[in-house]
Amino acid sequence: MTEKILSRNFDVPDSHTMRVYREHGGYTAWEKAKAMEPAAITEEVKKANLRGLGGAGFPAGMKWSFIPKGSTAPKYLVVNADEGEPGTFKDRYLLERDPHALIEGMLIAARAIDSHLGFVYIRGEYVEPWRVFSGAVREAYEAGLFGKNIQGTGFDFDIVIHRGAGAYICGEETGLLSSLEGKKGWPKIKPPFPAIKGAFGQPTIVNNVETLSCVPHIINRGAEWFAGLGTKTQGGTRLYSLSGHVARPGVVEASCSVTLRQLIYDHCGGIRDGRQLKAVVPGGSSAPILRADEIDVTMDVDGLRNAGSMAGSAGIIVMDESVSIPHALMVVARFYAHESCGQCTPCRESTGWIYKMVHRIVEGKGRKEDLDTILDVAKRGAGTTICAFYDGAVGPYISYIEKFREEFEALITSGVHA
Amino acid sequence: MPRLTINGKEVEVPAGTNLIEAARLAGAEVPHYCYHPGLSVAGQCRLCMVDIEKVPRPQVGCNTLATDGMVVNTETERVKETRRSIMEFHLINHPLDCPVCDQAGECWLQIYYMKHGLYDPRMTDDKVHKPKAVPLGPHVMLDAERCILCSRCVRYCDEITRTGELGIFNRGDHSEIGLFPGTALENKYSGNVIDICPVGALTDRDFRFQVRVWYLDRAKSVCPGCARGCNIEIHTSQRRPHHNRGRRVARIKPRFNAGVNQWWICDAGRYGFPWIDDESRLTTPMMSVSGRSTGTTWDEVVVAAARALRGHRPEEIGVIASPQMANEDLFVLRRLLDHLRVLQRDTRVLPREPGDEDDFLLRADKNPNTRGAELVGLVPVSGGLDARGILAAAVQKRIKLLWVFQHDLLASAWPESEVHAALAGAECVIFQGTNASGTSARAHLVLPSAAYAEYDGTFTSFEGRVQRFRAALPPLGEALPGWEILARVGRALEADDPVFRAERAEHAFNGLAAAVPAFAGLSYRALGDTGLMVRS
Repeated sequence: MTEKILSRNFDVPDSHTMRVYREHGGYTAWEKAKAMEPAAITEEVKKANLRGLGGAGFPAGMKWSFIPKGSTAPKYLVVNADEGEPGTFKDRYLLERDPHALIEGMLIAARAIDSHLGFVYIRGEYVEPWRVFSGAVREAYEAGLFGKNIQGTGFDFDIVIHRGAGAYICGEETGLLSSLEGKKGWPKIKPPFPAIKGAFGQPTIVNNVETLSCVPHIINRGAEWFAGLGTKTQGGTRLYSLSGHVARPGVVEASCSVTLRQLIYDHCGGIRDGRQLKAVVPGGSSAPILRADEIDVTMDVDGLRNAGSMAGSAGIIVMDESVSIPHALMVVARFYAHESCGQCTPCRESTGWIYKMVHRIVEGKGRKEDLDTILDVAKRGAGTTICAFYDGAVGPYISYIEKFREEFEALITSGVHA
Repeated sequence: MPRLTINGKEVEVPAGTNLIEAARLAGAEVPHYCYHPGLSVAGQCRLCMVDIEKVPRPQVGCNTLATDGMVVNTETERVKETRRSIMEFHLINHPLDCPVCDQAGECWLQIYYMKHGLYDPRMTDDKVHKPKAVPLGPHVMLDAERCILCSRCVRYCDEITRTGELGIFNRGDHSEIGLFPGTALENKYSGNVIDICPVGALTDRDFRFQVRVWYLDRAKSVCPGCARGCNIEIHTSQRRPHHNRGRRVARIKPRFNAGVNQWWICDAGRYGFPWIDDESRLTTPMMSVSGRSTGTTWDEVVVAAARALRGHRPEEIGVIASPQMANEDLFVLRRLLDHLRVLQRDTRVLPREPGDEDDFLLRADKNPNTRGAELVGLVPVSGGLDARGILAAAVQKRIKLLWVFQHDLLASAWPESEVHAALAGAECVIFQGTNASGTSARAHLVLPSAAYAEYDGTFTSFEGRVQRFRAALPPLGEALPGWEILARVGRALEADDPVFRAERAEHAFNGLAAAVPAFAGLSYRALGDTGLMVRS
């Protein structure tokens, strides 16, 4: 079993307090980073092969390096704590059980990109995580870790906590920024990218909670150590959220090189009630579904991409034989139709249309041409929109039908669920 | 200046040009809905996809800037297929309203479906329904289910008028354009959202259901509503005279002029045309015979006017011309007054209410040609009388012949009693104008003149831009262009100035260009559609 890094304090009593965090080695990375050149911090994170853990898997150090060199504009560090991808609940654990790791990661990242103001955008429904994290921020201010001239270093950093209002799209990097600016949470058209023109028109880095929580460990124990924990292209461990029909659902920390089979059977006790595994969604609802015979795949970004799916947010939804795949697709399609922001035409119009078609099939009123229409509509819309939301919706539309076509066809012919 | 290749054609475009505009310069049309050159880029409709060499998939033309060496293709099979898909997405929830929709005939959903769609419809499920016929303000009607959510109107209110009344509410395929609570779309430029709406979502409450757009005729013109000189198009209904409640002018639309109004006009200009077809229009020359005004012929009224002018000494004649008149009218009048040696002349009559003005288009001076009148010299000469002085002289019976153009002096800022006394004091009052008023009712001779929509001419804006307006209609009844009436009077006076033999407005303009240095070198041909500045 892998060494626990991100979740090492999860079961320690009062792990959310600064006292306990310090007792377990907290804020020593910040002590080290204070003395480092900002560029050296970024370089270390690059070498560690830290990938964005919110869903896109973009190399974090490279993202930081996109901030224009020598820019005198204010630069913002934004933490994406909107965790909205269905099947994902690991940031909630980090905010509730190890908030100071995020705070320390923010301080180090802020120093690396020369930011003096950070925003933490917390999902509105996350009341308890918000409450706990706010307490940790208060502690950090009291300890002089936030504010002006932090610990006499001459470095200023303040933090604003912003609560979301319940839209999935506000977890999309630029939708989040629009929302943060007080506007409707519409993703921004790129270019310009946030590192050039982000929040309030200034250079901005948006990182996920888990990504930043990795940073103190990289500084403390070195990039090589971190990189060595994972695969060639992705360093470290990550938190997997397992839900659905496993015996022991929950958050599991493991290397990026762990396989899906190991997670389900070794970490979570296999399928509940001795049933058969039918399908797995490996990276949040937007990741294409895998059949039971496709789970010998490593969970890193590239491994899952090669398997035709996506590491995404590492939200693993396990479905046993009791699940009707058409019904599951209807639930997912309803979600995307409900959450499409409506900005781009292909997404706005076809998420609703596809939901109506799948709904009709599930109600036993499907027509034989429906499946090809859904596949065609999904493929035509893919890659035509401002943000990745629609491509995320297309993942399930196509994979559920292509991998379980007989089940859909049987339902259309007989009107009865398998 | 980046050089790039579009559809095999090499073009050089200014830095910062996007691929829609660059393609236009290369003679290729990239279909689009949300992009508008006067607004920020939204990139929402996803229709303007083009292929760029070495880029894996089509990109939106609106948000992609032309760069040196770029190779763009707007007509690959992949691009055409993408357009077809996007058209289908735009139309799946669009109601089949075309037979009853006011936009039909000038709707970009219809146009692009025929050009880029032509797929077989596959959507058989229920469409999303949204509110219909929702008034957003005094001029604009919203049909939310026809809307394709391009957000042009929202961006217009945010960026151009900066009034921010509109937003997109709700989400996904339930998204809807609407007003923010407590607001109405009643800013002074609200009608422009109707023009930029590419579909039948925002229609003109004034124009709705009046006439089908394919029955309209169009003429390029200039707004006479203020000194700005916004370029407009006059749309007339002449082919189906029973439509549009019998009125000939159906609507006014802005016409692009980069140096004046760009794409926009104000609501006052847009909706300020009913007087052209109003019942108050003067359509027959009138002469008062023993206190009773009766219709007569042009020949008789012109002879009567010439007799009256000849029958008074120059110092007994006062002329109040109008800055509503064209440069051509004013120039012929100037020549006539020179011939008669009349020095008492002015054009400026103060309005009762001062005009509204802002930092966008509206000017306080509600006349289109005040500058032209000044340049032509229809201003008080030194030691001469201004308009009010002329009226005062008429009261004192020093002015015996009063010739008033277009103004209703009784509706001016000056005391009515004073104006009444002046009109009563003059032996002869000649009124030349388009519409009956208290002033025309007191005239002995009435010379009905054509409205600006009914003849060719030019106005000079407050900035000194000389711009052509063109006849959209024949003059109503027996009305004639102002310059022609004045030329007839000149001929009746046997004046030998060639300007009185002008057969077309252009002849009068050429005379003006030859005589007044500010207009030197200008011609109708040189003015073109967007005008030229006078010489300073």
